[in-house]
Amino acid sequence: MYRTHIMVCGVAGCASNKSFKIVEELNKQLTERGLNGEVKVITTGCFGLCAKGPIVVIYPDGTLYHSVKAEDVTDILEQHVLGGKPVERLLYKEQNGTVVNSLKDTEFMKKQIHLALRNCGVIDPENIEEYIGRDGYQALAKVLTQMTPQDVIDVVLASGLRGRGGAGFPTGLKWKFAKASEGPVKYVCCNADEGDPGAFMDRSVLEGDPHVVIEAMAIAAYAIGSNQGYVYVRAEYPVAVQRLQLAIDQAKQYGLLGKNIFGTGFDFDLEIRLGAGAFVCGEETALMTSIEGKRGEPRPRPPFPAIKGLFAKPTILNNVETYANIPQIILKGAEWFSSIGTEKSKGTKVFALGGKITNTGLVEVPMGTTLREVLFEIGGGIPNGKKFKAAQTGGPSGGCIPAQHLDIPIDYDNLISIGSMMGSGGLIVMDEDNCMVDIAKFFLEFTVDESCGKCTPCRIGNKRLLELLTKVTEGTATLEDLDKMEQLCYYIKANSLCGLGQTAPNPVLSTLRYFKDEYIAHVVDKKCPAGVCKKLLKYSIDKEACIGCGMCAKKCPAEAISRTDYTAPGHKLASMAIDNEKCVKCGACMSTCKFGAVKKG
Amino acid sequence: MKQKIAIPFDGTPEQEKQLRAVLAELKSVPGGLMPALQKAQGIYGYLPKEVMIIIAEEMSVPLSEVYGVATFYAQFSLTPKGKYQIGLCLGTACYVKGSGEIYNELVKLLGIESGGVTPDKMFSLDATRCLGCCGLAPVMSINGEVYGNLTVKSVADIIEKYRQLEG
Ligand SMILES: Cc1cc2nc3c(=O)[nH]c(=O)nc-3n(C[C@H](O)[C@H](O)[C@H](O)COP(=O)(O)O)c2cc1C
Ligand code: SF4
Ligand code: SF4
Ligand code: FES
Repeated sequence: MYRTHIMVCGVAGCASNKSFKIVEELNKQLTERGLNGEVKVITTGCFGLCAKGPIVVIYPDGTLYHSVKAEDVTDILEQHVLGGKPVERLLYKEQNGTVVNSLKDTEFMKKQIHLALRNCGVIDPENIEEYIGRDGYQALAKVLTQMTPQDVIDVVLASGLRGRGGAGFPTGLKWKFAKASEGPVKYVCCNADEGDPGAFMDRSVLEGDPHVVIEAMAIAAYAIGSNQGYVYVRAEYPVAVQRLQLAIDQAKQYGLLGKNIFGTGFDFDLEIRLGAGAFVCGEETALMTSIEGKRGEPRPRPPFPAIKGLFAKPTILNNVETYANIPQIILKGAEWFSSIGTEKSKGTKVFALGGKITNTGLVEVPMGTTLREVLFEIGGGIPNGKKFKAAQTGGPSGGCIPAQHLDIPIDYDNLISIGSMMGSGGLIVMDEDNCMVDIAKFFLEFTVDESCGKCTPCRIGNKRLLELLTKVTEGTATLEDLDKMEQLCYYIKANSLCGLGQTAPNPVLSTLRYFKDEYIAHVVDKKCPAGVCKKLLKYSIDKEACIGCGMCAKKCPAEAISRTDYTAPGHKLASMAIDNEKCVKCGACMSTCKFGAVKKG
Repeated sequence: MKQKIAIPFDGTPEQEKQLRAVLAELKSVPGGLMPALQKAQGIYGYLPKEVMIIIAEEMSVPLSEVYGVATFYAQFSLTPKGKYQIGLCLGTACYVKGSGEIYNELVKLLGIESGGVTPDKMFSLDATRCLGCCGLAPVMSINGEVYGNLTVKSVADIIEKYRQLEG
């Protein structure tokens, strides 16, 4: 038995901040000190507090250390592990300065409930024993030995679980349709393509708790009558792929995957397939075409995958986080699960908080939590004293939520009603320095780039829409163009073949709805209020503040800055001025000037 | 008689042997073309025409289909990458924190756009989606090494560091 466990986050931001060096140093020093029989170092998945990484948590007391470096290891071992006193300087501090000893007592954790993330940061994802030690594979055992496939579907239906991949379709219903589809060969697929360009929830589950996905897929296979599963993972997630493969191998060794699982005669095998960087492959029919080894173009529906999916056989596809809820629903019951959340959205949702927010990272909250709670209590608010402008959910298919809707409880239906959507869980915060027209353009550039080209409304329509948006950001659009844009949005939504095209105009529509004034400022006043759109940007030098040092002129790549013949009172040298015809808006002068004399506007 | 295809560029016989071994295994796997292309790119670093021809032959699929799949997916590259592969995150969280500016700076510094390689084959630049390090936004990776909290100034320093490395 180990008396102390030291958990070090080994994924995402913490890994990039060299958390593996901490692990190396810990193990080295533990060996030198002859402590490696007493203290165990475990590389875990994400704790959620990415902004303060690398994170180290020490059990049994649960002490949380943040921003840890390899150099801190000596203190952690000598003071904490041997001396029993926490290392003050590494303890987590709230914004008001209070020192918090353990993760669960932080403001960050208070309103969170971890269901999908329950094992992330808690177990060693590379060790199946640790998963089993947290009730792992018990749900599968229960299902195979005590429940009929119909029982399983009834429980999932009654739990009210809806898909976490975007659309929120009831999971039990999907399984029910696939079960009803006759046929000896059916497939169970998992969507780990995580296409939202600013999100990493599914990755964190795969890296922090890969077995939960395997167990849930086996349960789903039993329920619908399938023996083969595929997990489609983004190729950009090598660690997730490697951990999942390891988990599959271990599960096979333990007889939890493969032939005759638990001696019940049920067979289930699982294979990983890698995506190759195409957003549209997150769409269900495109994903299946891609697993078939073809160009990942969507197919018209119907027929729905439950009838004719992968290799033309009945197939279900669920998102990673959807699966991560299944084993607990089986073990704790539908009633327990449906007691969490709102009337029509049960359970929790994981969000990847990013952008202009203090605590960037992963959070899991019960459905019905308000955006204000997520952003200002858990997220710690907007940094640098800036003002909140909007929160974006649903990625390129979603919309921007303005301050007036901060108090709306987050669930599938509420988000739709305010012009956004739940999406897979990206939650990006924007402050007063972000231009909403520019953000809409950012998302549209993404979808234009990712449109598979199969249908015209999406391929050409979105391109035209992007051209119009570009005109707005360059100050050459008219008010009629804004109306044209809106019409085009509705046309694209109504006529595209797949979800990509059908939702692509959403970021434009939602910004037009809530931030029309910004559009008008670009169109009528030829100004970008946030000072982002380059073509509308003007740099100028405040001639009273300029001391005439000439530094800016040296840095200007376009030789746009020259001396005037005006010398401000109290200054020795004549001040400088910018020729806006020559200026390339690089901002070099502004960052060079030590006297704040260069203005942007 | 089947014609043997020699690989120009810097393809070696060992690489070809490796490739053929992989293909022999994937031939019978349903939907094996994507994994075949991924493995091939892993071996060669990119997908030269010669390699696609071998894949088409060995897997018994038309070359046009191999080419169609290879060009559909952003991950596959038909041209070689640089010695230092720069991936700049243009994910939403990074973009909101100014990675667009960083991208422009890199374009200026390297003289190439996303997808390009410098003439000396030293650097290649790709705009990527979320690298999962949004806490460090804006972020870029160079051959897997991640650099966070980038500023226009710090990227210049980082690129300079790599240039110095090469003398
Ligand atoms: C363009 C597009 C991209 C999508 N990307 C993803 C994705 O990355 N991950 C995901 O789970 N679902 C994605 N979806 C939703 C899937 O089509 C599908 O609804 C989902 O995987 C079903 O699983 P669920 O019911 O468990 O949510 C995407 C849909 C569209 C139209
Ligand atoms: S809507 Fe866009 S992505 Fe979907 S099938 Fe049409 S062109 Fe392809
Ligand atoms: S750097 Fe500032 S103070 Fe110096 S010349 Fe330029 S604007 Fe004036
Ligand atoms: S958006 Fe850049 S790392 Fe997540």
